[in-house]
Amino acid sequence: MALDGNEKREFKVIGQRVNRPDGIDKVTGKALFGADLTAPGMLTGRILRSPHAHARIVSIDTSAALAMPGVKAVVTNADLAEPQDDFFRDIKDNVLARDKALYDGHAVAAVAATSRSAARAAIRAIKVEYEQLPHVTDVDDAMKADAPVVQAGRADESVPAGSSPNVTSHFEFGHGDLEAGFAKADTILERSFKTAATHQGYIEPHACLATLGHDGRGELWCCTQGQYNVRTICSQVCGIEATQLRVTASEIGGGFGGKTTCFIEPVALALARKSGKPVKIVMSREEVFRASGPTVSSSSDVKIGMTKDGRITAAQAKLRYQGGAFPCGTVEFGAQAAFAAYDLDAVQTLGWNVLTNRPKEVAYRAPGAPMAIYAVESVVDELCQELGLDPLDVRLKNAARKGTLASYGPTFNDIGLVATLEAAKAHPHYGAPLGENQGRGLSCGFWFNFGGNTCVSLNINHDGTVGVVEGNPDIGGSRASISMMAAEELGIGYDKVRTVITDTNSLGFNDVTDGSRVTFAVGLATIEAARAAIREMCKRAAQIWGIDAEAVVWEDGAAKPSGPNAGDHPPMTLAEIAAVMDNTGGPIAGHHEVNADGAGVSFGVHLVDTEVDTETGATKILRYTVFQDAGKAIHPDYVEGQMQGGAVQGIGWALNEEYIYGEDGRLQNAGFLDYRVPVASDLPEIETVILEIPNPGHPYGVRGVGETPIVPPLAALSNAVSRAANVRMHELPMSPPRLLKAMSER
Amino acid sequence: MKNTHVTTTVNGDAVEFICEPDETLLDALRNRLGLTGAKEGCGTGDCGACSVNLNGRLVCSCLVLAAEAEGAQVETIEGMADGEALHPLQRIFIEKAALQCGICTPGILVAAKALLEKNPDPSETEIRYWLAGNLCRCTGYDKIIKAVQAAAAEMRSA
Amino acid sequence: MVKVKLWGSLRDLAEGQDVVDVDARNFKQLLDQLELQYPALSPQIKRGVSLALDGVIYREAWFTPISEDNEIVLMPYMVGG
Repeated sequence: MALDGNEKREFKVIGQRVNRPDGIDKVTGKALFGADLTAPGMLTGRILRSPHAHARIVSIDTSAALAMPGVKAVVTNADLAEPQDDFFRDIKDNVLARDKALYDGHAVAAVAATSRSAARAAIRAIKVEYEQLPHVTDVDDAMKADAPVVQAGRADESVPAGSSPNVTSHFEFGHGDLEAGFAKADTILERSFKTAATHQGYIEPHACLATLGHDGRGELWCCTQGQYNVRTICSQVCGIEATQLRVTASEIGGGFGGKTTCFIEPVALALARKSGKPVKIVMSREEVFRASGPTVSSSSDVKIGMTKDGRITAAQAKLRYQGGAFPCGTVEFGAQAAFAAYDLDAVQTLGWNVLTNRPKEVAYRAPGAPMAIYAVESVVDELCQELGLDPLDVRLKNAARKGTLASYGPTFNDIGLVATLEAAKAHPHYGAPLGENQGRGLSCGFWFNFGGNTCVSLNINHDGTVGVVEGNPDIGGSRASISMMAAEELGIGYDKVRTVITDTNSLGFNDVTDGSRVTFAVGLATIEAARAAIREMCKRAAQIWGIDAEAVVWEDGAAKPSGPNAGDHPPMTLAEIAAVMDNTGGPIAGHHEVNADGAGVSFGVHLVDTEVDTETGATKILRYTVFQDAGKAIHPDYVEGQMQGGAVQGIGWALNEEYIYGEDGRLQNAGFLDYRVPVASDLPEIETVILEIPNPGHPYGVRGVGETPIVPPLAALSNAVSRAANVRMHELPMSPPRLLKAMSER
Repeated sequence: MKNTHVTTTVNGDAVEFICEPDETLLDALRNRLGLTGAKEGCGTGDCGACSVNLNGRLVCSCLVLAAEAEGAQVETIEGMADGEALHPLQRIFIEKAALQCGICTPGILVAAKALLEKNPDPSETEIRYWLAGNLCRCTGYDKIIKAVQAAAAEMRSA
Repeated sequence: MVKVKLWGSLRDLAEGQDVVDVDARNFKQLLDQLELQYPALSPQIKRGVSLALDGVIYREAWFTPISEDNEIVLMPYMVGG
């Protein structure tokens, strides 16, 4: 069997727009999401949350709650295990506060009761004595020397002496001589920016159903981006051996990075253990906003020098990210991504991760990149305006390409940025006329992507159908893409393959559905598993024909004799080989286990036209086009869907979405009415242009597409609005009051 | 507080259930009748994931008390297909990839069906404003709007 | 000997160097040698790092072969959403 040539570029199934296998379940209401499962004798779990931004927990008296009818268990932090590792201890102290409530909404205790109303009443009956402490929610305030200390002793060795105790880590990237670079510039601009924290805003609140029997065996059903990750966390936080906790991922109602950790699952398991009954916890929307992870808010300074003809001579960014009440690792990705689109001789990025009294930041689509690239792309645009240069030409002039020393260290090999910029330049959108109070904005975006741990089984059935078993929750149609890759490789119809996502005890470990990794890494493992099955099927055919296995090739879904001594045998199809597999050696299956690397970085370019209302400060989006390199679009509909969905999340971030904290440190807009995500009437069509520049790290050339699209909209909108309103904006969101104020001061 | 007994019609079938007096229609559908197609995304009428039809009116079932369903006609996503035959909206949503995660899909389908019953030939703007009460966080709405337009065209020509 | 490029804030932990020479033929040896030669880098390596080999980012993969012809860059451990 000759399958050494890794690359495949001629496709029958790949690139088609097939119906997704879970479509009917999802349009008929049959699909089971996190909150949709029940168990006999199930209790309702409910969580008591701190009303204070920062408070010492003096005492918790649960006796009255426990004495109430229908109340079966109450748990606090003391009912959880003692993980040694900081990472797991932080999750434990986030799901139930230890000695301090660190933010408004921080969980303090939880109950399980026989009804919703009994659980509600029990929560009210828990008496918590708090000693309120000074709080800080703004990143710049938290970095001051005299700021309230959120958690002491959390700085790592990278933090310079004399920093605020709220600074937990510090990063620097870059190369070249900044001073010499700035000396060559004709114009230097230095600007400061702020971006608000935004929430992933998945429509499905966190939900889970847990049982933990007297035998120590647990079953957990939950909506998550990674059931194996949930198992790892819950094992550590609840003190359960991994194999004793089987986690099944429900259908997931959106994640965007926000469902890559645990908030309620360890609590539900602790309640289930204490009560001996199944416990279901479903977060309310208010709880999702107050106590699950939004992204960081940021404050930054960017300085860029440019020659009259648009060449950047030096660039520097200082990024300060607050990631809530526990240490986060986000600013380093902003600092690496900030100038990734540029070929620079002198560049430096500095970053600080900072603690505040807010919920712990959780990954949100290209975590850390959007706010850094927003600041950089805003300054580049302002320089273009000042020097009278075309912003697309300036990007092309300075674009990173093969051989560019990336601002984050390595030298780029094949990347698609120039092709993406050229596609934008050639598109009719770029030259279309604009009217009064209208402006066009442009921004590049970048994300790293990764592969990660992946395990796939592919089983040949007697009737010639094929089952693929994988371990990554399908958030945006990935089961279709995985089935398509299996069908393509095996040479059978898409309808003959069924892909299922299994539980933690039925397949080896898989990393979370994140990092734009699933189509790349699970796809790669599926293709390799199919090749393993093909090798076995060729062997079986060779046995039947009485020839060497090496003399058999796989073509168009069938084994065929090949070579001078193979003899003349009619091809045996997959179905024919499957039908007799009991007689030729038993079940046929292929497996592949890999920690995939070589995902390939991703660039995108967004163009947007806006019109500002000078009386209200409202921004209307007139036209929006997304250009992105997908490597190879397996299912173009779902690639476009990622590009459109990411763009619209970025539009929300740019125009309306923000966490608003009061003087008291409490979140003031914990609901969709006041935290305004884009609705259908806010938007025009989102046009998409997919480029396909194959990624050499994947057999079909796939490059992850999920995260990059959220990066460009922030600056694209800011640049468009700034040009339309004739006033440069330096803060997100550009909500109507903020834009109106800026226009009145111009 | 004493529970309430409710007799109602859901998707054409007579049903009865017991509920708490402050229980929502959404909770009763999901937890008393096992009809989990309607989802709770917010509980405050902002997201539309719980959309159902009550006596011919599109409502957020999280804002309706279960007791209000007494004697009413309730239609949910579970009643939208006719046996094995999907409603054109349902079929075209799959064909046009108008869903990613699918959590908002039942609410959007119920709302879109209500629109097309009122207005078989809505403009794009009319569709966008009608669906403005149904949040979708995955798709950016583009493929949803196009699917509703395609379904409307097909239903008009049928 | 391979040359390993460090990110800027690691400089002070590696005796002021941006690029360090390490005797290693794969990633595992490289990380072990880094910790041995520059113990101050140990906490960061234990928390997790990625390695870029000729521009391709690897998150783990101890036994990835490397030579003096390769460009090797230490990076923070890659994450995603």
